[in-house]
Amino acid sequence: MTTTPAEPEALEAAFEATIARHDRIEPRDWMPDAYRRTLVRQMAQHAHSEIIGMQPEGAWIGRAPSLRRKAILLAKVQDEAGHGLYLYSACETLGVSRAELTELLLTGRQKYSSIFNYPTLSYADVGTIGWLVDGAAICNQVPLCRTSYGPYGRAMIRICKEESFHQRQGYELLMTMMRGTDAQRAMVQESVNRFWWPALMMFGPPDADSPNSARSMAWGIKRNSNDELRQKFVDMTVPQAEALGVTLPDPDLRWNEERGHHDFGEPDWEELAAVIRGDGPCNAQRMAHRRAAHEDGAWVREAASAFAAKAGAR
Amino acid sequence: MSADRREWPLYEVFVRGKRGLNHVHVGSLHAADDAMAVRHARDVYTRRNEGVSIWVVRADAITASSPDEKDPMFAPSGDKVYRHPTFYDIPDNVPHM
Amino acid sequence: MNDEYAGDSSQWAFGTGFEDPLAGVDTTVPPGVDPAELAAYCLMLGDDALVMAQRLSEWCSRAPDLEEDIALANMALDLLGQARLLLSRAAAADPGVVPALPEGSPVPAEDALAFFRDAERFRNVRLAEVENGDFAHVVVRLLLFSVARLALLERLRASPDQVLAAVAAKGVKEITYHRDWAGRWFLTLAQGTEESRRRLEAALDALWPYQAELVAPHTGFGVDPATLRDEVDVVLDQVLAVSGVERPDRPPLSGTGRDGAHTAALASLLAEMQVVARAHPSGRW
Repeated sequence: MTTTPAEPEALEAAFEATIARHDRIEPRDWMPDAYRRTLVRQMAQHAHSEIIGMQPEGAWIGRAPSLRRKAILLAKVQDEAGHGLYLYSACETLGVSRAELTELLLTGRQKYSSIFNYPTLSYADVGTIGWLVDGAAICNQVPLCRTSYGPYGRAMIRICKEESFHQRQGYELLMTMMRGTDAQRAMVQESVNRFWWPALMMFGPPDADSPNSARSMAWGIKRNSNDELRQKFVDMTVPQAEALGVTLPDPDLRWNEERGHHDFGEPDWEELAAVIRGDGPCNAQRMAHRRAAHEDGAWVREAASAFAAKAGAR
Repeated sequence: MSADRREWPLYEVFVRGKRGLNHVHVGSLHAADDAMAVRHARDVYTRRNEGVSIWVVRADAITASSPDEKDPMFAPSGDKVYRHPTFYDIPDNVPHM
Repeated sequence: MNDEYAGDSSQWAFGTGFEDPLAGVDTTVPPGVDPAELAAYCLMLGDDALVMAQRLSEWCSRAPDLEEDIALANMALDLLGQARLLLSRAAAADPGVVPALPEGSPVPAEDALAFFRDAERFRNVRLAEVENGDFAHVVVRLLLFSVARLALLERLRASPDQVLAAVAAKGVKEITYHRDWAGRWFLTLAQGTEESRRRLEAALDALWPYQAELVAPHTGFGVDPATLRDEVDVVLDQVLAVSGVERPDRPPLSGTGRDGAHTAALASLLAEMQVVARAHPSGRW
C-alpha cells in the first residue's frame, strides 16, 4: 500500500487539531520533535522519581513496628516499582529504552523529584510521606490522566488507582499514632514540620519562573500550572491537618475570605534550587543505592539473556 | 554498561479480568523469555486480583496498521450507517425489536 | 479514582479481616490436641515465615530489575501473611507463649510475639536468618526453603486443627509459586553464564549445610518434617539434575534453630526489626 508522504505543514496541522479537540496522540502518530522530547523528559523524570522514591520509605520496611504496617509499607513501596515500570513503558512507546533511561538517571543527565532527597528520620515519616508527599503527587497526577499523550494518560490512570491507597494508609498511620502515646504525637508533629515545605516545593517553581510550563500546557502534556496545583494542595490539606490535630509550620497560613483560598508563606526556593542541583541532604546516597542495585544485577540480567538465547537455539 | 546493550526484550501484556471477558491490553514489561514474561506479568499486573488469565507477546512480533494509512483503512467504514441498528426506524409499540 | 473497584475489597493488597488475621475464625483447640504443642508448632512455622519475609523484604529496591523487585516483594508479602496467621494461631492456642507487655498496652499478640521476643525464643530454621548475599543466594535459599515448606504444608492441609489446616491450604498455593520461581531461576543461573553458574554453586555450597534442619525430626503435635525427607530429596535432586549441578558434599551443621540455637545473624536481624516497636511498648500503630 503506498500513500503520498504528507507535507510537514499538514502533519503539524493534524497534530494541532488532535490536541485542540482534546483527543489523544498515540505512539505512531506524527508529532513535533519538541513535543516528543518534552514528553520523554517528563515521563522519564516521573519514572525515575517513582524508583528513587522507593528508598526513603523502603528504609523503614525492616523496622516497621507492627506486622500489619510492615505488609502495608512493603506493598506500597512495591507499587512504586510498578509505577516506575509503567512509566518507563510509556517512554518506550516513543522508542527510548528503559536501559537508556536508567543510564541517563545514573549519569545525572535526567532528574527525579527533589522530595526524595530528604531523609526519613522516624516511622512517622512513613505516614507523613503518604499523607503529604503522596497527597501532593496525587494533585499533580490526577490531571495527568487526561494528558494528551495516550500511553502516558493510561499509565497515569493505573497509577492513580493504585495510589489512592498510598495516601490513605499514610493518613491512617498518623491518625493512629495521634491516638497513641505523647511520644508518638510528638513524632508526628516533628515529621510534619520537616515535610511540609518540601511537599509544597514538589509542585515546582512559581509559574513566573517555570519556563517550560506554558508550552507543556498548550500541548496538553500538563493540565494545570504549578501555582494552581500548589494552592489546591494547601486548601485540601489544611482541614486534614485540623482533623489530625497537627499544626502546619507556616505562620502565614490563614483563610482568605476574599480569594476563597488559603494564603500561605513562600517556600525557600533557594533550597529547592540547591536540592535540584544535587546538594540536597541525600542526593549522593540515593544515586549510589540505585547504581549499586543496577550494577549488582548486571550479571543476573546477562545470565537470563544467555539462558534464553541457548534455549532459543535448541 | 555492556550488559545493557542486551536488555531483555519488551513484551506486551493482555489480561482477562474475569471469565467471559476478552483479554485486554494492560501494559508492557521486560523479560528474558516467554516463560519469564508470563511470570512477570503475573507479578506486575495482577497484584490486585485483576486477572484470571494472561497473554504475553513480544512487542516486536506485533504487526500494526500504520497511522499514515488511517484514511484508506478506516474512513470507508465511516459512512456505512446502515450497519448500525439505530439506522432503522421502528415504531416504539413494536415489541422485542 | 477507584470507583470501579469500590464494591470488591478483594482487589486490594489485603482483603477483609486485615486488622486481626484470625477475625471471625473459631480458634478453639480441637479435643485431643495439646494447646502448648500446637502453639509450639505454629511458632516454628510462623517464625520461619517471618524471618524469611524480613530477609526477602531487604531486597526491595535492590533487585536486578524492576520486575524481579516486584516478584520478591510479592513473595515476602505472602510469607508475612503466613507469619501473621501462624503467630496469631500460636497465641490463641496458648496465650502463655506471648511475652508480657506493660499494663494496658494495645500491642496485639502477633506483634508481641514478633517484636518482643529475644533471639533465643525464636524457633525458625537458621537457613531463614543468615544474611542476604547476591541474587544466587536468594534463589538458592528460597528453593531449599520452599521445597521443604511446600511438602509440609501439603500434608498440614489435613491437620486436625482447622485453623492450621486453612493456613496450610492457603500457603500451598503461595509456596507453589515461590518454588517455581526459585526452581526456574536456579536452572537459569546454572545454565546462563560462567559467572552465574559460579555464583549459584557458591551459594548452594554455602547454604547446603542448613538444608537438613528443614527436615529435622519434630516430636509432638503436627506433621513431623523428618517424614518428608525422601520427598524433599527427590524434588531437590530433580532440580539439580535438570540444571546439571552436583549435590554439594557438605555435612549438616550441628544444633538447630528449632531449639533457639541461632547464628549471630538472627540477633542483628531482630535488633533492626524490633527497634521501633520496642521503643514504644505502649504505642499504637
